[in-house]
Amino acid sequence: MTRWKSALIIGFLATIPLWLTSPYFLHILITTGIFIIAAMSLNLLLGFTGQLSLGHVAFFGIGAYVSALLSLGFEVHVADDFALGVAPKPVWLSMLFGTFAAGLCGFALGKIAFKVRGAYFVIVSISFAEVVRLVAVNWVELTQGPMALNNIPPLKLGTPDLLELSFLRKPACFYLVLAISAACYVIIRRLVNSHAGRAMIALRENEPLAMSVGIDVTRYLVLAAVISAAMAGAAGALYAHYVRIVDPDIFLFIYTVIMVIMVVTGGKGTLAGPIVGGIIFGLLPELLRALGIKPELQWIAFGVVMILVVFLLPQGIVPALDNRWKNRKRHPPDVKPSIHVGSGAPR
Amino acid sequence: MTSASAIVLKVIGLSLRFGGLMAIDDVTFEVRDGEVLSLIGPNGAGKTSVFNAITGYLRPQTGDILYKGNRLSGLQPHAIAARGVVRTFQKTSLFGGQTVFGNVLIGLHLSARQRPLAIILGLSSVARDERKLEDSAWDILRFMGLESRAHELGSALSYGDQRLLEVAIALAAHPRLPLLDEPVSGMNPTEKIRFMRMLDEIRREGTTILLVEHDMRTVMDASDRIICLNNGRIIADGTPREIQSHPEVVRAYLGERATRAGG
Amino acid sequence: MDQFLQHCLNALMLGGIYALLGIGLTLIFGIMRVVNFTHGELYAFGAYMMYAFVMRLSIGFFLALTLATVLGVVLGAAIEFVLLRQLRSSDIDVTMLVMIGTWIALQNTEQLAWTGVAQSIASPFPADPITLGGLSVSWNRAFVFAVAILLVATTYFLVNRTKLGMAMRATFQDRETAALMGVRIERVHTMTFALGSGLAAAAGALLGPVFVVTPTMGDLAAAKAFAVVILGGMGNLVGATLGGFILAFAEEIGVGYISSGYRDAMGFLLIILILLVRPTGLFAREERIS
Repeated sequence: MTRWKSALIIGFLATIPLWLTSPYFLHILITTGIFIIAAMSLNLLLGFTGQLSLGHVAFFGIGAYVSALLSLGFEVHVADDFALGVAPKPVWLSMLFGTFAAGLCGFALGKIAFKVRGAYFVIVSISFAEVVRLVAVNWVELTQGPMALNNIPPLKLGTPDLLELSFLRKPACFYLVLAISAACYVIIRRLVNSHAGRAMIALRENEPLAMSVGIDVTRYLVLAAVISAAMAGAAGALYAHYVRIVDPDIFLFIYTVIMVIMVVTGGKGTLAGPIVGGIIFGLLPELLRALGIKPELQWIAFGVVMILVVFLLPQGIVPALDNRWKNRKRHPPDVKPSIHVGSGAPR
Repeated sequence: MTSASAIVLKVIGLSLRFGGLMAIDDVTFEVRDGEVLSLIGPNGAGKTSVFNAITGYLRPQTGDILYKGNRLSGLQPHAIAARGVVRTFQKTSLFGGQTVFGNVLIGLHLSARQRPLAIILGLSSVARDERKLEDSAWDILRFMGLESRAHELGSALSYGDQRLLEVAIALAAHPRLPLLDEPVSGMNPTEKIRFMRMLDEIRREGTTILLVEHDMRTVMDASDRIICLNNGRIIADGTPREIQSHPEVVRAYLGERATRAGG
Repeated sequence: MDQFLQHCLNALMLGGIYALLGIGLTLIFGIMRVVNFTHGELYAFGAYMMYAFVMRLSIGFFLALTLATVLGVVLGAAIEFVLLRQLRSSDIDVTMLVMIGTWIALQNTEQLAWTGVAQSIASPFPADPITLGGLSVSWNRAFVFAVAILLVATTYFLVNRTKLGMAMRATFQDRETAALMGVRIERVHTMTFALGSGLAAAAGALLGPVFVVTPTMGDLAAAKAFAVVILGGMGNLVGATLGGFILAFAEEIGVGYISSGYRDAMGFLLIILILLVRPTGLFAREERIS
């Protein structure tokens, strides 16, 4: 997709808070945007690098909790008479820490991914997320457990004397999420179109061959995992300071499943896939709820959709549309071909 | 080839066991600078296993592998490739979901500067480096005669073109010692001639080449020296003329000979 | 000391169930190489069928148990036939997604049909526990243990002494050769999945009266099942059985002396540890199921 088209789309999106004033709809768009960031990050690891990582929600939650805890301050007793206390930090710093913490976990996961393959890696990644969830539930002193962390401060930039931007109201949050998701998209696009991205794709497609041309598989697995995890952590931090309440349910496996549905339905290994999938599965539940459809039915529909997509549109929506479009056009013979990223054309 | 030629690769006492089977049994040989050395032998003689051991895909139980004096044994495959020892695979091995151009770009990985931060920041030097890589890719495609197919998917190519693409990918990694595993298998005569011509050009540049092949005519025409393996052991080591009439070699191939008529 | 022995007894009882859950999954995982996300749902299905038969249709307890298991076998066969069979040649991630979709659909169907309210099932056993010295165990649990061991033994017999079992073992060891030797792989797959699902349903039907029945009960059961499979090694029946007891003991002893909230984390931590250190499981021998 050309720069102009991207600018146009961003421009259009930027106007939304000006005419869509309903807080409810803005809220849906904001949470969908946050989920799209998470889905894009998962796509990097699952789609482009081909790693079956189903513990992604752990990174999201770790980003959320670390950021929330640092911004609120906390105190834990590590031994009977020794307490570790941290004073509240500015929100922007907490969010950076949250992103960093998630990235660190991604590093660990990347190293593990090299040792533990295929179905076993699926199980390890899910187990990791569950352990984190159980820690969040049980370490009440730190996390308040199921009683949740409340009153998480919103992001404030600048100083009270000069210009202060407060991301408390919905329109401001909308712009923040829009900006960060656009940045994440650009980062992923740059990465994927570089030799590093090609290395990740190569190790997905043919690992022995990739090794034979000098690609260090561990290095790129770890790189993909770190960036993917950090980005998910950033999404989590955004979520924490927007919704301003965080409880251990944020680590539920079902949220990983939602991200996976978004990525796979949209088209894994494509740049636009997680966005399309994110829009569909971010907005669809609200639409169904408005129609009065029970949440259970909605979930059944999601399950059925997943199965149908696998059978009917195995590559996802974006590549299917792409192929349809390509069959109508013809490639001019003197156009320098672009590298196919994953199974779709680069946008 | 004078005996004063520099030794590029030294394989010393290599042994590799699979379960109860000795795939390679105390193999020792040298590869001299600028020569084309072919490994031949009946199926299961251990030729590909030697390649796998040299390039780090399999770990031998005993033995040492020295490339220009540096130890290769124990290194990971990608590190060995980075030193210039690049292998191709016996079975067609491509990045099927990528275009021909994309395949070669991936092969150029070692030529790219590793700078993840610069990539993310989108520095213009990264774009410049990318363009240089793309130019190199076009050069390689032209050399292999594949530039007209550049935007086709690797999996959509004809068999012969796929084999050429495999060599293109290996060339992109700038091998100083390419290890080609049965490069002409399955090719028709025209494709074989094309391949031979390309091999000659590489030779002219002084590149040392290690070859595993069954096709006797290719082996006899292309090689400066031939080593014959059987049951994991070296049974002969000499010039094509010497090997052709070597009694051990003939014996090893007896029964294989009829089905392996060269060309 | 009595406390400790009581914990051991509890662990023993629990281990039987974990073993039952594990052997079904280890067969599926081992022979079909499928990450079976629906295993927990079959467990819940068995429990719900038990509830329906005993509480709604007033069918006798033991008959209901048998029926629930049989229905589990049928459901498993149906899932394999309708969904998995079509994906035989697909990548593992494709199969995984279909399994996840099925899991979601099944769980929410249960939620829809029975609501999320926890249901309890009446059992015909006396309420007073059996006491032996200072130890006690409820009749219900003892019964559950006995049936679990019986089913585990039956599965052993099936896998090691029957023609079907031989076909299963052959498919596990070398699929291609087995196919060349005339083993009907498709049928083996269906049978394996049906068997594994039936065992899970039986576990659910057995435990339904002991605990309560909720739509999400399968999730935890599935997690335990996977832990047991990893502990014992994929496809390893002996390993899964022993793994079941090991997990149960780890949990019981852990709960007794550490915090109870982390009890469920035990299984997951063991999974991660084993896969990092000894991915083939604690009891891996050569590649064969027995």
